[in-house]
Amino acid sequence: MKTNNIEYKKLAPGHNACSGCGQLSAVHAVMRGLTKDTIIANATGCLEVTTTAYPQTAWGLPWIHSLFENASSVASGIQAALKNRGDNQTKVLVQAGDGGTFDIGLGLVSGMWERGENILYICYDTESYSNTGIQASGSTPYGASTTTTPSGAQSIGSNQVKKDMMAIALAHGLKYVAQSAAGFPDDITNKVKKALATPGPSYIQILSPCIPGWGIGYDEAAMMGKLAVKTGLYPLLEYTDGKLSASSVNANFKAEPVGSYLKTQSRFKHLNDEEINHIQMLAAENIKKYQI
Amino acid sequence: MISMKKLTIKSNTSLVNKTGAWRTHKPITDNVKCIGCSLCAKLCPENCIEMKPIENKPKPLTDYDYCKGCGLCAHECPVKAIAMKEDY
Repeated sequence: MKTNNIEYKKLAPGHNACSGCGQLSAVHAVMRGLTKDTIIANATGCLEVTTTAYPQTAWGLPWIHSLFENASSVASGIQAALKNRGDNQTKVLVQAGDGGTFDIGLGLVSGMWERGENILYICYDTESYSNTGIQASGSTPYGASTTTTPSGAQSIGSNQVKKDMMAIALAHGLKYVAQSAAGFPDDITNKVKKALATPGPSYIQILSPCIPGWGIGYDEAAMMGKLAVKTGLYPLLEYTDGKLSASSVNANFKAEPVGSYLKTQSRFKHLNDEEINHIQMLAAENIKKYQI
Repeated sequence: MISMKKLTIKSNTSLVNKTGAWRTHKPITDNVKCIGCSLCAKLCPENCIEMKPIENKPKPLTDYDYCKGCGLCAHECPVKAIAMKEDY
């Protein structure tokens, strides 16, 4: 389809995502890594709601949504049908948010990985249930104020640390596990291509800054992704065969202080110096753990 | 019972929503400053920027029918070739 000389294929504009949405920016980078022979199973979440306002859809690829938790099971069904037809070419992709991955769909994600099916699972990590009004999820980081963990005189916001979903994926013996962030479009596209070239299940987690959820400006989503990486809070990681790839390790890495990342977001604006120091320590642990 | 034929909808039909109406500021690219890196086109959440050759050099062409005016392209441009101008 052509309008104003721009050709749209995999995901068209006209969707209802917020102006400047970090997730949609990341989704387009993922789409560039796919071929037209792809079937997408989508979990409930912002991506599903904003791109498929019935009777319209922004998708140009075969796309299905069923429930919040079962996108991975739907993908397993699609994969089984393709196998039955003798189709080895068509790839199956699951897209979900952090709520659908870290909490609600975790059991079914685990089942899909256990069965070892050749499915790429992509989690767009907004660190909260953005679509329903910024409730805390298993992915919400320490100190973040959400509508279910509000900050106040007696509360620092979320007092739990972020669930290590990468470790859960690695524990299932996945051959390809990667982490990226919005603001690094080429990195995302390359990781998607590598994941699709790896047989068996693979998992990519992409930090997707949420404009209303994080309390950032409409033009700041990519900047937030970059700052999360530069501070060491959300490093760009890649595990092949369970081992950290050389591309993730950077001997010249000099971490920026986490304050530059935290102070520009209203979900962290209540934090005092002591709490910021604690988050700085979490970043230092990451840098040590992943040798960046 | 609703038939599957009625439930399945045609691809890319969201194009009827001209989200350009959301915009309060409009990105204007200075093609002299632009180095043609295509970062704006890769980051655009609407995917409504396309790199087109102008005098044999790739330059961004923004589709104002869909540009929501978020300013992500202007913010991330490495040479600050995109300016956000009031548009109402």
